[in-house]
Amino acid sequence: MNSSSGKTYMSTSNCSTGRKAGDAAAAAADQFPVGLRVLVVDDDPTCLMILEKMLRTCLYEVTKCNRAETALSMLRENKSGFDVVISDVHMPDMDGFKLLEHIGLEMDLPVIMMSADDGKHVVMKGVTHGACDYLIKPVRIEALKNIWQHVVRKRKNEWKDFEQSGSVEEGDRQLKQSEEADYSSSANEGNWKSSKRRKDDEDETDERDDTSSLKKPRVVWSVELHQQFVAAVNQLGIDKAVPKKILELMNVPGLTRENVASHLQKYRLYLRRLSGVSQHPSNLNNSFMSPQEATFGPLSSLNGLDLQTLAATGQLPAQSLVTLQAAGLGQSTGKSGIPMPLVDQRNIFSFENPKIRFREGQQHVNNNKQMNLLHGIPTTMEPKQLAGLHHGAQSMGNLNMQVASHGSQSSQNNPLLMQMAQPQVRGQMLNDTSLGHAPRLLAPMGQPILSNGVAANVSTRNGIQENIRAPSYNPVSQTSSMLNFPMNHASELPRNSFPLGSTPGISSLTPKVAFQEDVNSDIKGSVGFLPSYDIFNDLNQHKPQNWELQNVGMTFDTSQHSNSLQGNLNHAHSVLVQQGFSSGQVNGQNRSATVVSKAMFSSGDSTGHVNAQNGNQHLNSLLVDSTVRVKSETPTNLYPDDFGQEDLMSALLKQQDAMAPAEHEFDFDGYSLDNIPV
Amino acid sequence: MERNPLRRQLQLMRKSLFDQGYLDEQFVQLEELQDDTNPNFVEEVVTLYYRDSARLVLNIEQALERKPYNFHKLDAYMHQFKGSSSSIGAKKVKAESTLFREYCKSGNGEGCMRCFQQLKKEYATLRKKLEAYFQVARQAGPMETACRPK
Repeated sequence: MNSSSGKTYMSTSNCSTGRKAGDAAAAAADQFPVGLRVLVVDDDPTCLMILEKMLRTCLYEVTKCNRAETALSMLRENKSGFDVVISDVHMPDMDGFKLLEHIGLEMDLPVIMMSADDGKHVVMKGVTHGACDYLIKPVRIEALKNIWQHVVRKRKNEWKDFEQSGSVEEGDRQLKQSEEADYSSSANEGNWKSSKRRKDDEDETDERDDTSSLKKPRVVWSVELHQQFVAAVNQLGIDKAVPKKILELMNVPGLTRENVASHLQKYRLYLRRLSGVSQHPSNLNNSFMSPQEATFGPLSSLNGLDLQTLAATGQLPAQSLVTLQAAGLGQSTGKSGIPMPLVDQRNIFSFENPKIRFREGQQHVNNNKQMNLLHGIPTTMEPKQLAGLHHGAQSMGNLNMQVASHGSQSSQNNPLLMQMAQPQVRGQMLNDTSLGHAPRLLAPMGQPILSNGVAANVSTRNGIQENIRAPSYNPVSQTSSMLNFPMNHASELPRNSFPLGSTPGISSLTPKVAFQEDVNSDIKGSVGFLPSYDIFNDLNQHKPQNWELQNVGMTFDTSQHSNSLQGNLNHAHSVLVQQGFSSGQVNGQNRSATVVSKAMFSSGDSTGHVNAQNGNQHLNSLLVDSTVRVKSETPTNLYPDDFGQEDLMSALLKQQDAMAPAEHEFDFDGYSLDNIPV
Repeated sequence: MERNPLRRQLQLMRKSLFDQGYLDEQFVQLEELQDDTNPNFVEEVVTLYYRDSARLVLNIEQALERKPYNFHKLDAYMHQFKGSSSSIGAKKVKAESTLFREYCKSGNGEGCMRCFQQLKKEYATLRKKLEAYFQVARQAGPMETACRPK
């Protein structure tokens, strides 16, 4: 038995079959997966030796490595030198999942995890981190024989996603094809991808990009580069983020559209995972996070933002928000834009959890996004970073942390948002301090939360990051001075890792958060902040009525956070929304859906509104998408069960109307959900 | 039945290792990987295993000397050890490793200690048996693939 097992592809000598370009490639094509280039990483020398032998027997080209760092540098040096990576989970120098993330982000290679640990939790972790497969040790050769399917599948999916993103250009597609051809080199050439795709496309592709069919060196996505990427994506709007435009925005010499395209894929996956991770079981994220999700994200973010703004500004008509949310939600998958922090156990705002729950998936996304957005923190994308973002917001810290910590960023975000909201309420309070504090400003905690949630939603939600960011981001940048700041201090969510990479955008976001605080104070007019912000303001102003509702639904924990948030919500809404929730916002946003709505409602606080409005306007333009989304999301999410969001929304809307929206224009009405690219 | 007495002996030894539960299916996987390009593959892997795992055993031993026990650390060491042992098909050793981890998880220091003593015995016994087995294998010369244990 042993003799024949590995010799399926017998044909040529072992390994290195398809290595040589040219005839090897041609030959390899027929023999695929012979010659598949595998990188094996495991600190156990016994396992490594066995795996290498097994893989060689399968006629794969094997490179073994006993340290994750070494593997990573090997991959970076030669991005297109490998087709698939197999890595152990427990390694001394780096956690296998961390390596998995790095590889996914930087090189976009299929990664297979292995471990002697077959616990469901660990396997789930592998799934959520994006591993294409999970092997239980001891590994049998039969399991290794089929790993080539992951290579094929990934390429296929990338291509498909690429197309689905809607913005895929003809050329891109072609590029992808040729790209894939490059990657697979020997292995894929003759394979699946080829023929039909390549056709004459290659020619076009060649012209189009430099990539053409030549092997392009893999791009190393450094932190800065990624941040630029995220910023560009946010700026464009996740759903509108076409590789070509992103490339243009980034303006990085030597970067090709293909690079951007594949990175975008991974990024979306990452976002999805973020939203999904936090939620875990119920994570809708995973499901909805599909590529299409990207749009979704924005929605969520919008919701978060919108809600907040709405809340803050009070302008945002409840309806708008609701619609937005609904739109956002509906679009996303019904997940509701408001990433209900399912997991938020930590969230202070209990309401968030329940409510947001259903949006969970989204929320997480949002949260993450928001967090990121808000923080403007670089795209490290690592969940941890997001967490870091949250940290920023002190009070929000809890929330944020929550968000960050568990992956369910949504939850965290909300807290953050909430916190943010609070500061806002005070107007300047956003500072973290305020956040954590009892709702000073807004009585209804819900409000702040809303903003948070909204913010969170906004940010996390979809690709919204951009959206959210936009709001916050834009305002900040635009109105900038005002916005950016105050919030920053307040909750500045850890601008960390926020993979959103929003750095550019995000940074603005963060300021936004601060902005929120300031928003109230500063924004006054400068803020172009997120439209949602305005909404919140409005809401805040109107708070009276809604708050109650909201509070109910929001089940805010009376904890300070919630309170502060609430208060902040009013103010925070605007800020939160914008800031991306650096602290609470992020969380808030995610959760925001609910929060936002709440915030909106509760926004009764006037503090936020003023600014929000200003910000809104500004934001409106920016946020339009995001806010809209947010709104739609939040409404639904926020009070999924408790409050009939509709009720809240209507309340909100009423308020808004009453409020004399003037400034805000953010009316969602204006932004019909249609606008929201979902 | 093998005519060559050495080979016959080898077959019997091998069968007994499986029958007595010292080795499991994974060992067969290793045997199947052995071919002309690597005629002593199995022996090389086992040698590498014993060399590398000795370090882990020492770590665990030292960790068990420090009270109170750091169960988390012990569990981590044992997890590694278990992974290695299972990859060569060391069935009894693997079973003891699993048991040890259970004790760690439940914080049973006494159980850990007892289990570890038993584990070391199994570990040493297997080593002796395999060394003897490989010695005969080398003497017997290349032989056809081992048959799967029943």
